[in-house]
Amino acid sequence: MTTTIIWTIVAITVLGVLLAVVLYLVATKFKVEEDPRIDEVEKVMPGANCGGCGFAGCRAFAQSCVESGSLDNNFCPVGGNEVMKKVAAVLGLEVHEKAPMVAVVRCNGTCANRPSVNDYDGYRSCKIKAALYSGDTGCSYGCLGCGDCVAACQFGAISMDPATGLPVVDEEKCTACGACVKACPKQIIELRNKGPKNRRVFVSCVNKDKGAVARKACSAACIGCGKCEKACPFGAITVENNVAYIDFNKCRLCRKCVAVCPTGAIHDINFPTPAPAPEKAAAKLAAPAAPAAAPETPAGKPAAAGSQETGKKEE
Amino acid sequence: MNRLLVSPSPHIHSKTSTRSLMLDVVIALLPSVLVSVLYYGWSAVIILASSVVFCVLLEYLITKYLLRRPGTVGDLSAVVTGIILALNLPPTAPWWIALIGSIVAIGVAKMTFGGLGQNVFNPAITGRVFLLISFPAIMTTWSGAKGFIGGADAVSGATPLGIVKEGLMQGQTIDQIFAAHDFSYLQMLFVNIGGSAGEISALAVLAGFIYLLARKVIRPHITLSILVTVAVFSGIFWLVDPSRYTDPLFNLLTGGVLLGSVFMATDYVTSPMSDKGGIIFGIGIGIITMLIRYFGSYPEGMSFAILIMNATVPLINKFCKQKKFGRA
Amino acid sequence: MMKTFSIGGVHPDDRKISAGCAIEVLPVPKTVYISMAQHLGAPAKPVVVPGDKVKTGQIIGEPAGFISAFVHSSVSGTVKSVGPRKDLAGNPVTHVEIEVDGDEWMEGIDTSDTLAAEVPADVQFIIDRIKGNGVVGLGGATFPTNVKLCPPPGKKADILILNGAECEPYLTSDYRIMIEKSRQIVVGAALMKKVLGVGRVVIGIEENKPEAIAMMSEAVRELAVSSPDYAGMEVMTLKKKYPQGGEKQLIDAVTRRQVKSMGLPIDVGAVVQNVATSLAVYEAVQKNKPLIDNTVTVTGECFPKQSNLLVRVGTPLSYIIDFLGGMPADAAKVISGGPMMGKAVSNLDAATLKGTSSVLFLTEAQTRRKPETNCIRCGKCAEACPMGLEPFLLNKLARNGMTDELEQNAVQDCIECGCCLYTCPANIPLLDYIRVAKGEVIRIMRSRTAPKK
Repeated sequence: MTTTIIWTIVAITVLGVLLAVVLYLVATKFKVEEDPRIDEVEKVMPGANCGGCGFAGCRAFAQSCVESGSLDNNFCPVGGNEVMKKVAAVLGLEVHEKAPMVAVVRCNGTCANRPSVNDYDGYRSCKIKAALYSGDTGCSYGCLGCGDCVAACQFGAISMDPATGLPVVDEEKCTACGACVKACPKQIIELRNKGPKNRRVFVSCVNKDKGAVARKACSAACIGCGKCEKACPFGAITVENNVAYIDFNKCRLCRKCVAVCPTGAIHDINFPTPAPAPEKAAAKLAAPAAPAAAPETPAGKPAAAGSQETGKKEE
Repeated sequence: MNRLLVSPSPHIHSKTSTRSLMLDVVIALLPSVLVSVLYYGWSAVIILASSVVFCVLLEYLITKYLLRRPGTVGDLSAVVTGIILALNLPPTAPWWIALIGSIVAIGVAKMTFGGLGQNVFNPAITGRVFLLISFPAIMTTWSGAKGFIGGADAVSGATPLGIVKEGLMQGQTIDQIFAAHDFSYLQMLFVNIGGSAGEISALAVLAGFIYLLARKVIRPHITLSILVTVAVFSGIFWLVDPSRYTDPLFNLLTGGVLLGSVFMATDYVTSPMSDKGGIIFGIGIGIITMLIRYFGSYPEGMSFAILIMNATVPLINKFCKQKKFGRA
Repeated sequence: MMKTFSIGGVHPDDRKISAGCAIEVLPVPKTVYISMAQHLGAPAKPVVVPGDKVKTGQIIGEPAGFISAFVHSSVSGTVKSVGPRKDLAGNPVTHVEIEVDGDEWMEGIDTSDTLAAEVPADVQFIIDRIKGNGVVGLGGATFPTNVKLCPPPGKKADILILNGAECEPYLTSDYRIMIEKSRQIVVGAALMKKVLGVGRVVIGIEENKPEAIAMMSEAVRELAVSSPDYAGMEVMTLKKKYPQGGEKQLIDAVTRRQVKSMGLPIDVGAVVQNVATSLAVYEAVQKNKPLIDNTVTVTGECFPKQSNLLVRVGTPLSYIIDFLGGMPADAAKVISGGPMMGKAVSNLDAATLKGTSSVLFLTEAQTRRKPETNCIRCGKCAEACPMGLEPFLLNKLARNGMTDELEQNAVQDCIECGCCLYTCPANIPLLDYIRVAKGEVIRIMRSRTAPKK
């Protein structure tokens, strides 16, 4: 009995040692020479493997950084400037800081603004719904509400608001990887400058229909009237195909456009004072001008305070 | 006016549902259930009822409290599992055997994999094999059952397969065993006391098979390939040495070959999708069954054979695709 | 033994409840909206401006590309506007809006009923008439007929198959024209036979339409004695099975030849045309009448008045519905086309197109999808797939975006017939995802073979 056990132990031990030697020999024979810096760079990466940088994963990105010898075309949207600084430190390279971005949902089509006119009964996917028809509301450009963006987000930063039927982006969690932008078949989600103190102004509509048609489908649609274009002192707004667009690189957050918009299609986010009503256009100019007019800083660290997109209600 | 419904095509659906398919299987099982109740009496009723109740109850409790998903009891798959499990048990088994079998079948073999459609192994057979290995005494004893009609005190020591195995171990030849025991094939076809509840009547199982085929619930490939393989395999051995190997008809009619090939091997979830795959699957089951019967220590091998072949299904599915239109 | 296609297929209930209704002419509405995208390929370019007076049969849109077609005014009156208007799916498409004033036809159009059975000798003349009169395939795909009748160089057809299968439940418009206009259809077939230079024409009709089979056989017999142009024509009775009317399935059923993956019927020497297209070809060539009207089945158990109507192209659906007594209260879904492959209509103000074959009303109980449950791996979808695909697998791959594996498993062969979804006992919306994935895979395959810029 005892001898059996002893022999078993001996046999297993010998087998283990033999296999270990084999493994070692194989490992040395097939060792792949790799730049050790790739490992170092990978260590400072966020490790989400989201593909937001355009590479297959964090390791592929690290490899590209090491091999290209420059960080000009390599930027990790998830880690942002902080991570890129670390990468630069590892590789001894220069980094061009980028202003942090955030995903913005450009649709005002809440259940109240944009009543549904038919019932969709297919598989709940925006992609499938978009391929089938214009959607269950009168607006053929707006959000379809099946949540493809929610499914695409690896960071849990998008959720559907059951009250409005629209997706809501959690600015704190959003890393601007762009997965939702790709997932949206209606091209409603856009990556926009996060803005100083997370303040930003944007046109929350992409409806290209003529004013009357757009307005009929959705009471908060951009009707392409051009009032904002005229009101903008910085030439940041263009109206094309019956819809206005604000260039966030030119916008100084003066909010004159918000005041003149007749349908409330232009949204301002995270401003301390509530957005002024259109009638009081003249009165509002003074107060928020100071922070808004501040030069566009790269905003080294994103605002710490968790500011949700709460100001996003129709005026 | 109502809001219009909009969906991609097609806009109509056949009347078949998971529930209707399972209901058809239950109906197909009824002849076997009826025969076992008639010949094993109240003990069969108890084992059938407890097995079905436990299976359904377990599935309900697991989906509701463990998985916290919408209930799936309505699809009747647990009922089917319960009946098949009961038909695989000796009717004299106590009720708690059914409970343990149900826990293994539903709890272990089915729900841990994610419920209906996700399991790799047939739940009822997994339950039966677990019981067979854990409680061999109970699982191979048939005595004391009192039927409603016929064979008043249906007492039988073992199944025909068990008797043959026992005899061969004692050095008897097939002829001697058959001479000592009165195996009537005609009786096996109708009612053959001695065996699991579902094994006793070949005719009842065949009636269910015809019903399933007529309702297009299953295709005949798997069942027929098992039966043909069993017949051919045993035929070859029997011709070589009839004193050591039982004949094909005996092998087809005894044990769980019929019940297993009609109701267990054809389980959608754990059998291959294509006809070609089904035939390979069936041949595998037939060969393994006969290997166990002739050379193994267990008298019967159907359950083991089905379980072993269940494990090969993903592989069979991968390599046996049906012919595509316009492709060589 | 009657012929049918070799793989898969399903047997949905026939429900041809409007089969007994003779074709009636729908009065011309006050305003028509004629879409410029009524055919496969590039939308036509409008050639009228608001204020123009047009006559019935006048060209209002010109083809904008090789695969494109002429569009004609279906009424006489004044052009009110040219611009985007919502189609059946609610997407904006360029329409020409015409206010109707009388019904004055263009000169040169023969509006008489006399049968013109003499096949012109000049093939080019036939093709020009077909093209000039905007004939497109009326079997569903609305592919320009003149393009289909001129195979690419090096490829030669040896058989013309006329599709009279009408395998979709409910639809009866093809059935009615086969009964009421059988001779015209046969003449149309003879015209196309002449263009293709084929010796054999098979008119495939499913067994559930014995009257149509009788009428068409009669017409073939009668015309065969009149001229050698009608030689080699036959009516073939096919076993009833959906999707018999699928182009590849019909060729398989009639000739036992299978079109290769991504291939065209012409690769196996066959050209398939719908019987309604054949009628349109007859009218275009022999009567010089453009494709400005078509037969539309209006049906559904919940709809009070079953009918087969001759409708001018561009008639709003709401006008047809009102004409027949209005929308039934329990109708939950309106479908343009059959219940298996038709499109659900979200916009009842949209106008009919050349290819509109039916307006079908289904109740909630008939059409509402049931909740999806677990796949039980029964393999019924694979059994039903007429292309021999594995929908359960494709669906899983599609949901995970695995395009390489989708291509390996031939998602591009899918004909979107809907058999898989129809048959699935777990109510899994298999085709929904497969259809979208198919589009993506075909796009990827095209971009791979396309010359790199």
